[in-house]
Amino acid sequence: MVKQLKVFIESVGHRVVDSIWRLGYATRFILLVLLKSVPGFLRFRLITREIYFAGVLSLIIILVSGLFVGMVLGLQGYETLQKFGSESAVGTLVALSLVRELGPVIAALLFASRAGSAMTAEIGLMKATEQLAAMGMMAIDPIARIIAPRFWGGVFSMPLLAAMFSVTGIFGGYLVTVVFIGVDEGSFWSQMQSAVDFRYDIVNGVIKSGFFGVVVTAIAVFEGFDAPPTAEGVSRATTRTVVTSALAILGLDFVLTAFMFRGVS
Amino acid sequence: MQRTMMDFWVGLFVMAGIGALLILGLKAGNLTDFQPEGSYRLVGNFENIGGLKVRAPVKSAGVVVGRVADIQFSTQTYDAVVTMKVDTHYQFPKDTFASILTSGLLGEQYVGLLPGGDEEMLKDGEKIMKTNSAIVLEDMIGRFLFDKASEKKDTDPKI
Repeated sequence: MVKQLKVFIESVGHRVVDSIWRLGYATRFILLVLLKSVPGFLRFRLITREIYFAGVLSLIIILVSGLFVGMVLGLQGYETLQKFGSESAVGTLVALSLVRELGPVIAALLFASRAGSAMTAEIGLMKATEQLAAMGMMAIDPIARIIAPRFWGGVFSMPLLAAMFSVTGIFGGYLVTVVFIGVDEGSFWSQMQSAVDFRYDIVNGVIKSGFFGVVVTAIAVFEGFDAPPTAEGVSRATTRTVVTSALAILGLDFVLTAFMFRGVS
Repeated sequence: MQRTMMDFWVGLFVMAGIGALLILGLKAGNLTDFQPEGSYRLVGNFENIGGLKVRAPVKSAGVVVGRVADIQFSTQTYDAVVTMKVDTHYQFPKDTFASILTSGLLGEQYVGLLPGGDEEMLKDGEKIMKTNSAIVLEDMIGRFLFDKASEKKDTDPKI
């Protein structure tokens, strides 16, 4: 009985120590990436290539989802607002919810599953096929050559993708409410413009998406680099990237929102 | 993929992203109606400002002519000091009437300026002497009930 209890407590302790060790390892890894990112900036083409893979190729999914999210927001917002006779406020609703919350969050979730998982799989496979080790043999630092450009490519792409998501979303809301349903176009835009503040809403949204970009790409490159060099290990690491990123995005979003929008106006 | 082709797409992507930010700022946001220059300040003391907020519009005849820049409470006169930034294109006479109004039944509150007939115009930093407080719904209901009660007493034939 006592022995069983001891084994149980040991297993709990082992897990806690393990996860904290992994967290510290990840932090040290990211700091190392930041330290070694100078060569990437000197050879900017490395980062450009990653912006192409992480950003440009994610455009389709981001734009299409943004359009549909905006259309749904417009439709649902109209349904509810017209009960109170204030359907012209639908522009405000669509713009504020997209710029403040949905733009950064959904774009980051899509980015994590589209680009983050690809990054993890690529780095994990490079490790499994010993390409990273081979680079090390040739005195090329794999962190500076492979990891850092991917990290910065993701960090640059994310705010731009979120902004484009918000714009297509607002366009989708405009399409549904003004063009299809027939809300007055003038009040749609003017109410939106009087409610959306540049510093308070738009800049805060961009800051949010910047944070998400750092977190998602950091998780993706770390999971890839840390993946066990087997087929199963890579597949697990990819799954972990998506799950951890999604949880981190949603949790961080709450914290950032609590700091940014505390109703002080 | 060729390098130049990739560079082209990345350039397009970055430009589209910055363009999206600009559209957000100009079309959805209110970056355009910031007028740091070309405006002058007017001050008005109000007994009660209701729910007026900083950045609320200042309107005259329904046209936005400026914005509320600052709201302070004065401990000397015990009323609210509202500072407004008004576009220099719009000059108002000295005896302009400022009142706090509500757009619609549930809309936001704004400052309405009703120009008087004075020859002289208000200058930068000057005070609007004639002000009208916001209508507070509770006060109005209270007054209404009070009037009703006194009305009944007057018309009661037995007394």
